[in-house]
Amino acid sequence: MNSTIGLLLLQDGLTTGFIYALLALSILLVFLVTRVLWVPAGDFLVFGALTLALLQQGQVPGTVWLCGALGLTTAIVESWRAWRSGIWQDWPLVVGISLGTPLLVGGAVLLWASSKPALPVQILLTLALIVPMGFMLYRVAFKPLADKSILTLMFVAIAVHYALVGLGLVFFGSEGYRTQPFIPGRIDAGFTRISWQLTLVVATSAIVMTVLWLFMGRTLWGQALRAAAVNRFGARLVGIRTETAGGLAFTLAALIGAFSGILIGPVTTLFYDSGFLIALKGFVGTVIAGMASFPLAVLGAIVVGIVESFSSFYASAFKEAIVFALLIPFLLWRSAVEPRSHETHEHDE
Amino acid sequence: MTPRRIFISTLVALFALVPFVLPLRFVTPLTYIGLSVLVGIGLVVLTGVARMTSFGQAAFCGLAAYTTALLTTQYDWPAIAALPVSLIVTALVALILGLLTVRLAGHYLVLGTLVWAIGLFYLFGNIPGLGGFNGISGLPPISLLGVSIATPLDFYIVIWSLVAVSFLATTNLLDSRTGRAIRSLPTEIMAESFGVATGRLRIQVFLFAALLAGLSGWLHAHYIRIVNPSPFSVNASVDYLFMVVIGGVGQLGGALIGPMVFELVRTWLRETLPILFGRAGGYEVAVFGILVVVMLQNAGGGLMSFISRWLPTAQPLRAPDHAEALPRRAPPPQGEKLLSALDISKNFGGLAAVQNVSFDLRAGEILALIGPNGAGKSTIFNLLTGLLPLASGEIHFADRRTDTLPPRTIASLGMSRTFQHVVTQPKMSVLENVALGAHLRGNSGFLAATTRLDRAEEQRLLFEAQSQLRRVGIDDCATLPAGSLALGQQRLLEIARALSADPKLLLLDEPAAGLRFAEKQRLAGLLRQLRAEGLSILLVEHDMDFVMSLVDRVVVVDFGVKIAEGTPTEVRKDPRVIEAYLGGIDDDAPLRARSAAGAKS
Repeated sequence: MNSTIGLLLLQDGLTTGFIYALLALSILLVFLVTRVLWVPAGDFLVFGALTLALLQQGQVPGTVWLCGALGLTTAIVESWRAWRSGIWQDWPLVVGISLGTPLLVGGAVLLWASSKPALPVQILLTLALIVPMGFMLYRVAFKPLADKSILTLMFVAIAVHYALVGLGLVFFGSEGYRTQPFIPGRIDAGFTRISWQLTLVVATSAIVMTVLWLFMGRTLWGQALRAAAVNRFGARLVGIRTETAGGLAFTLAALIGAFSGILIGPVTTLFYDSGFLIALKGFVGTVIAGMASFPLAVLGAIVVGIVESFSSFYASAFKEAIVFALLIPFLLWRSAVEPRSHETHEHDE
Repeated sequence: MTPRRIFISTLVALFALVPFVLPLRFVTPLTYIGLSVLVGIGLVVLTGVARMTSFGQAAFCGLAAYTTALLTTQYDWPAIAALPVSLIVTALVALILGLLTVRLAGHYLVLGTLVWAIGLFYLFGNIPGLGGFNGISGLPPISLLGVSIATPLDFYIVIWSLVAVSFLATTNLLDSRTGRAIRSLPTEIMAESFGVATGRLRIQVFLFAALLAGLSGWLHAHYIRIVNPSPFSVNASVDYLFMVVIGGVGQLGGALIGPMVFELVRTWLRETLPILFGRAGGYEVAVFGILVVVMLQNAGGGLMSFISRWLPTAQPLRAPDHAEALPRRAPPPQGEKLLSALDISKNFGGLAAVQNVSFDLRAGEILALIGPNGAGKSTIFNLLTGLLPLASGEIHFADRRTDTLPPRTIASLGMSRTFQHVVTQPKMSVLENVALGAHLRGNSGFLAATTRLDRAEEQRLLFEAQSQLRRVGIDDCATLPAGSLALGQQRLLEIARALSADPKLLLLDEPAAGLRFAEKQRLAGLLRQLRAEGLSILLVEHDMDFVMSLVDRVVVVDFGVKIAEGTPTEVRKDPRVIEAYLGGIDDDAPLRARSAAGAKS
């Protein structure tokens, strides 16, 4: 290999690595706050990318109908639950978001889509459609099971992922999409030519990570999330509602997912079911970090991206196997440093 | 014949009649369902009973299928000779995956199997010699002792016979010493405290499930005579999981009903949905996804939780009236030093939970460890039983240094314990819960359990459990589920379970907490009786009245330091004890320290 190719591979690896890192952040956030393995992380990425791609083509993305269907379901289910339990405290907010998003944002998309609004407007519409869906999913699927075992929650997450993939097929069809590059070409940096895409991905990921870090460290909401992550019971004792924390975590995860989708859209062609493999690489990153540390998860995911980029050059048929083989040394290492945390008293049903 | 036997015989007869009564277009899907049931049985044991799960079951099928495909097409092995090799290869991979993840929390096994399954899928498709994504074709039919198994009818009979055998073997397994240990895996600390090697057992359970999947894969390969990667993808693994979740992951019946309902619904959806959406596609995954979420939210026990209400229940397990008694350990000579803590200390970060505490317990006495909330009693308890490592000091028990040993080894030396918050398997009968205590007094494993070669030993274990239940006075509850007992009875159950281990020393963690007055008196009577029978008891307790009238000696700790030791009368007069319990004149400093100590629990 010569250094030119090496540097280009490194750039590709960094570009996808940062995307994986963003997903790893959302996965870790959701896991720490709610103990849910956020398998649908990749689906949100796909929704983000496909929605923007369709908006760029001047079409109405299927997300509008998906959001409407999910919103309507959430509103009905939540009304029924509120009526059954007699607790109406959260109902106005939840039903407002569930019905308001498809009506307002969906309506705006229906009106404007054919006139191809400017890129920032397209991005805003994409986020506004997808982000509330994270919240709705939490309310409708996960909240009633919040106290169940990790195993049950994981089944729900897998089931939700399959539901989203199936609905993705219904609403987007089986065609692949790729968005137009935000800024085409490369910058000449002397020793190599750095693609604008990489610069953009790195810069915006860095911004997202910093904002997330500031949010978690400096705001009351962020601290509530951290408290819920450390000890849900304790957090509840000091007045933090774990369902609020859960809803917030899912909303943030949806935001990060949709945002990464917008970033990765121009890099690769995405299909309705591409999300799973991408999310899995984010998972590899979080496992490398022991499902605990945000900075390590970012680092792990970037390593995954770079390894993938190089192995796709040398042994493209085996690239997935090589990437996943990365886990083995880390599992061994984690076994040595952090033996099983005893999960006793985890009964359900 | 019991109603349940009649029901099961009818079911078997119905399945046996199918190929002779129904046309082939019904037999073929049922054959595929049989293949899924084999995988499902393993998943019920793995996921429903041991509370672990795997996204690699289809990959295990694939591994066995590809192994037999290679051996039979490239090397002309007969199919039946390739079976053991296929199973060994499957078991080896499962062993490696198990070893890699068993020491880690449950979700690592999930992710480990998930990425392994995806990796393997791409390997199947890309390794030269495996035929790429078209696969390997031309596999021979199975021939066994001159009988050829080739037609769909043959396969229906073979596969469903194997399903029946696996059902029987698994039912036997769950109803055995090993089965009780598997069922106790979700409460790992309790299992370890009675000598269950949980890590090893987890790997065994994982292997068991993988082998059933491997068997299914081998049958599948020779049934359709071609292997390619697609039936062994992660999606197929998820289908298997969905099947058992829909059927009911907690009961073996779920492995039978789940695949049937799943295939039925899937066939229907595959015909209906494309008409609805006007184009072809795998829309049914969305429906299954939603169905599983609804199922988990409303009926965690799956369809079986509805069906089993209508089925005749199994006869409750009863202990035999007579059985050869299990061998007992020689009791330690009365008055000899049985347990000593020498200068033991433990920190949690900057908090010194236990500092240089020393005490001895002599055989035949009841020693109480008392102290106010946050004094470090529970920490000492966990240090003695090996759940926590010491920071410094030594613990000796029965002439062995034990502070470096894991809980199950300490248990095997004759230390048995109860739990402050009762830990039982609520759905398991009282008798079986108590029999788990005698785990270390038996040695039959998987093979003996599945083949029922363990019956003689099993009778002795159950007989022992029943005698201990009689000893604590709740033998009339033996057949009830443990979860249905009142708290006082559950505490007695825990004592009976501990006694089943034939301990030299009984460790009781706040046995009187939450009991009513009469229950406490009965408990005190029981403990006196046990002491009279020569048992040594260490008791951690809050309730001063309960302790003072019962025990021989008391060790008092406060802020992690031993402040007094002696007979109840001596200790009661000790000014430091009075200050610890009632508070001194200058209360500020200890209060602050205590709130820090309390924060850890």
